[in-house]
Amino acid sequence: MLKKELIVSALIAIAFLIAKFLLPKPIQFSRTVSVIIIILLALLFFFIFILTVKGKYIGRRVVFLLVGIALLLPFFMQFTLPLQISPEVRGAYDGLASLKGGSKVLASFDYDPASAPELQPMAEAFFKYCFDNDIKVIVMGLWPQGAQQANLAVEAAMEETPRYRDEIQYGEDWVNLGFQAGNEFVIVRMGESFKAMFPRDIVKNLPYDSIPVLKNVRNFSNIDYSINFSAGKPGTVEWVQVAVDRYNLNMAAGNTAVQAPMAYPYLKAKQLTGLMGGMSGGAEFEKITGKFGKATTYLLSQSFAHMVVIVLILIGNFAFFRERMRDK
Amino acid sequence: MRREIPIAITFIVGLAYVIAYFIPHPPFNHFETWFTDWFVIIAAFAIWLGALNLLKISALKIAHKRSDWPFAALIIISFLVMISIGFIEGYRGIYADQPFQFRDPGTAFDWMYVNVYMPLSATMFALLAFFVASASYRAFRARNLEATLLLLAAFFVMLGRVPIGDIITSWLPYKYQMSQWAAWIMNVPNTAGQRAIMIGIALGLVSTSLRIILGLERSYLGGE
Repeated sequence: MLKKELIVSALIAIAFLIAKFLLPKPIQFSRTVSVIIIILLALLFFFIFILTVKGKYIGRRVVFLLVGIALLLPFFMQFTLPLQISPEVRGAYDGLASLKGGSKVLASFDYDPASAPELQPMAEAFFKYCFDNDIKVIVMGLWPQGAQQANLAVEAAMEETPRYRDEIQYGEDWVNLGFQAGNEFVIVRMGESFKAMFPRDIVKNLPYDSIPVLKNVRNFSNIDYSINFSAGKPGTVEWVQVAVDRYNLNMAAGNTAVQAPMAYPYLKAKQLTGLMGGMSGGAEFEKITGKFGKATTYLLSQSFAHMVVIVLILIGNFAFFRERMRDK
Repeated sequence: MRREIPIAITFIVGLAYVIAYFIPHPPFNHFETWFTDWFVIIAAFAIWLGALNLLKISALKIAHKRSDWPFAALIIISFLVMISIGFIEGYRGIYADQPFQFRDPGTAFDWMYVNVYMPLSATMFALLAFFVASASYRAFRARNLEATLLLLAAFFVMLGRVPIGDIITSWLPYKYQMSQWAAWIMNVPNTAGQRAIMIGIALGLVSTSLRIILGLERSYLGGE
């Protein structure tokens, strides 16, 4: 069994190396080829439908393969999907857009690499927007890896827009205060003093008082706006319950698609100004800020994957009802 | 005394937090500050405790040659490699001409984080999509009213949250397009349900907290 898995892993690695070093870059299917591929996929699903109705359920490995194909192929297609901006994302953007140059935004990165595919594109678009509009960003994290994710987002923004390397000064335009253990108690303590929780930054190890962007920033009352990128606990719920409810912090949130439904009560109660949920929220945010990135690219893959799951649900249920009617 | 002292500490700290919330003025706010600082320190130690516990459990697994013990060995090796690289880079950074932090771009730690830890974490999470698809095909059935409602909600939300849903229903007026159905589900039934859950949890939390503060609930001390 182990031997079989090793062979499959080796084949995947070889395919990856061939694709990386031998194939011409970048591969893009023409529109006609893309349409043909979609028709072939549809025919494949029709075939699965026939099999399932006959009582021959396809194996889980075939389902895995189908999902894999549905996720992979859109990367080579050139379709651009029409995207509507939802009121939730518009609210988050309006909060940022209402800030004047020099305003200070607190960004809490409460996620780890597992959720990065959904949240990192939002974070990158957020940094790009702030850097272009002279909005000062104070970064922190309630998750150990959060602060590192913020560094990566800034690095990605600078990679894409090289002029930031000259224009954006660490300590003056943004600062990373790092991770602090203690979950919501960190937020409680920050209500009185940021410095008590973050005596130094984590990028240059500078004392709090020597960092220009933190001048006159004592607690939440000196913050103009805040945004929370969250994948769970501690995250948006804790920020709303402590910082928003108790200290009247103005806040928007970027959540994973799984977590976003939990934030809706806060959104409807206007405790959150806006909410970006999952990959689609990220893509909408990229569109409204004009900072297109990974979320827009990945959205086609996600659309295909959603379609595959829905079609599989429909096929499974059709077969189920047919069997039930036959039994009666 | 092994029970009385923890119960007394719980009572004092719990009461201090309750009073400080309603009267945020000296001396009550100072109590809150002290206790919060203590909590943060304890939480920092808890991270170390968690890491050491993981090492201990993995080491015992190897020592007793329990099932899948090679994975435990891999945990220990990965842990030691990551921590060693972090310390070495940190040490190098202090004495470098241009001082740097162990996690800065270009360091070995950053390379490991970006090229090993990030892809592995994302892969673990991404596997969910494959299992969800397989389960949807084989088990997600409209067997009764509840399951049918769940299935319908999943159908509208999954299609409505991606642009393809609106493309499919583009022939309908805007307010009947798939994204609008998804938005309605999120804004009305979802919000109502989430609020009910939140209120239930909050009431449960209040009553449990009161029982703990008053010493009626002692299970957190162990043994009861």
